[in-house]
Amino acid sequence: MASLRSSASLLLSAASRPALRAAAVAPAAVRGMAQVTDGQQQNQMASGDQAKLKTFQIYRWNPDTPTEKPRMQSYTLDLNKTGPMVLDALIRIKNELDPTLTFRRSCREGICGSCAMNINGTNTLACLCRIPAEDMAEMKIYPLPHTYVVKDLVPDLTQFYKQYKSIKPYLQRDTPAPDGREYRQTKADRKKLDGLYECILCACCSTSCPSYWWNSEEYLGPAILLQSYRWLADSRDEKTAERRDALNNSMSLYRCHTILNCTRTCPKGLNPGLAIAQIKKEMAF
Amino acid sequence: MRLSGLQRDVLALYRQCLRECRKKPEASRDNFRVFARTEFEKNIKVDKRDFGAIEFLLRKGRRQLDMYASPGVKDIR
Repeated sequence: MASLRSSASLLLSAASRPALRAAAVAPAAVRGMAQVTDGQQQNQMASGDQAKLKTFQIYRWNPDTPTEKPRMQSYTLDLNKTGPMVLDALIRIKNELDPTLTFRRSCREGICGSCAMNINGTNTLACLCRIPAEDMAEMKIYPLPHTYVVKDLVPDLTQFYKQYKSIKPYLQRDTPAPDGREYRQTKADRKKLDGLYECILCACCSTSCPSYWWNSEEYLGPAILLQSYRWLADSRDEKTAERRDALNNSMSLYRCHTILNCTRTCPKGLNPGLAIAQIKKEMAF
Repeated sequence: MRLSGLQRDVLALYRQCLRECRKKPEASRDNFRVFARTEFEKNIKVDKRDFGAIEFLLRKGRRQLDMYASPGVKDIR
């Protein structure tokens, strides 16, 4: 089911946004969408005579001893006994090697967005990031960049959620539905929300944006702007003008300089850069 | 003595705590004051040049203050 859905949405999104995305697809070779494991994995387990050892270097910092500096701690696992994803490795480290390791995780299938972290220099969800089996190089795992750290791999996303709240992410209407039932929309109108509603607010894109690093107080960041556009594009919403007015200042929206780190990093394959460009276009005309 | 910006921030936080104490019911005010005082004294040994640690403790303190300042909190032990 998971594989069907993600590949379907990939196809859809690939069709709907041609130019911006094409450049971004290539470098993300290591990261895969959640997929049903093929027989290969089981075969390896059966014939795994010699251990396939892999070392993970993980950022550690404990708030109970704030005077101690953050450090990198190495853990070595046998990949034959570990699941294919980085999250599996983290859970195994926590269960078997070091119960003090702290990270957020929940759904383990890329739906909740809890396990966003910086793996080998890319912001991604640990549950959607495969452990590269071929090279035995060390993997480095950090919390999301430019966030305050609560503990180990847990970032403080208070500011991010505050900003999300500030865009009023809910349907705003004054008039009731004409037939007193649901608010209906045409298939074409619904289609405009594809590639927007799938966002799980994992904060991978916002924390990869240099512009957001330097202006996180005022600039909303790609994730929140994508959500903003989701409500601007919704045909049922009647406060479009107000929403646009709220964005019409030099900081909230226009700190986006189309760096497109957001699109490159999005673990769900969405395109916040395109959404921001659409808002800018709507504001201009 | 001239204070650095960070030191002033710490003092400002402490004063803010004392000010919030005054909004609590009279019977429990002392408890709040003692609590604030001990929270600060816990970290009195932190080196004044350890900026990272102090900034973290400030953030933590502000979060705690927000929490305890809500009118629902009537007493503290």
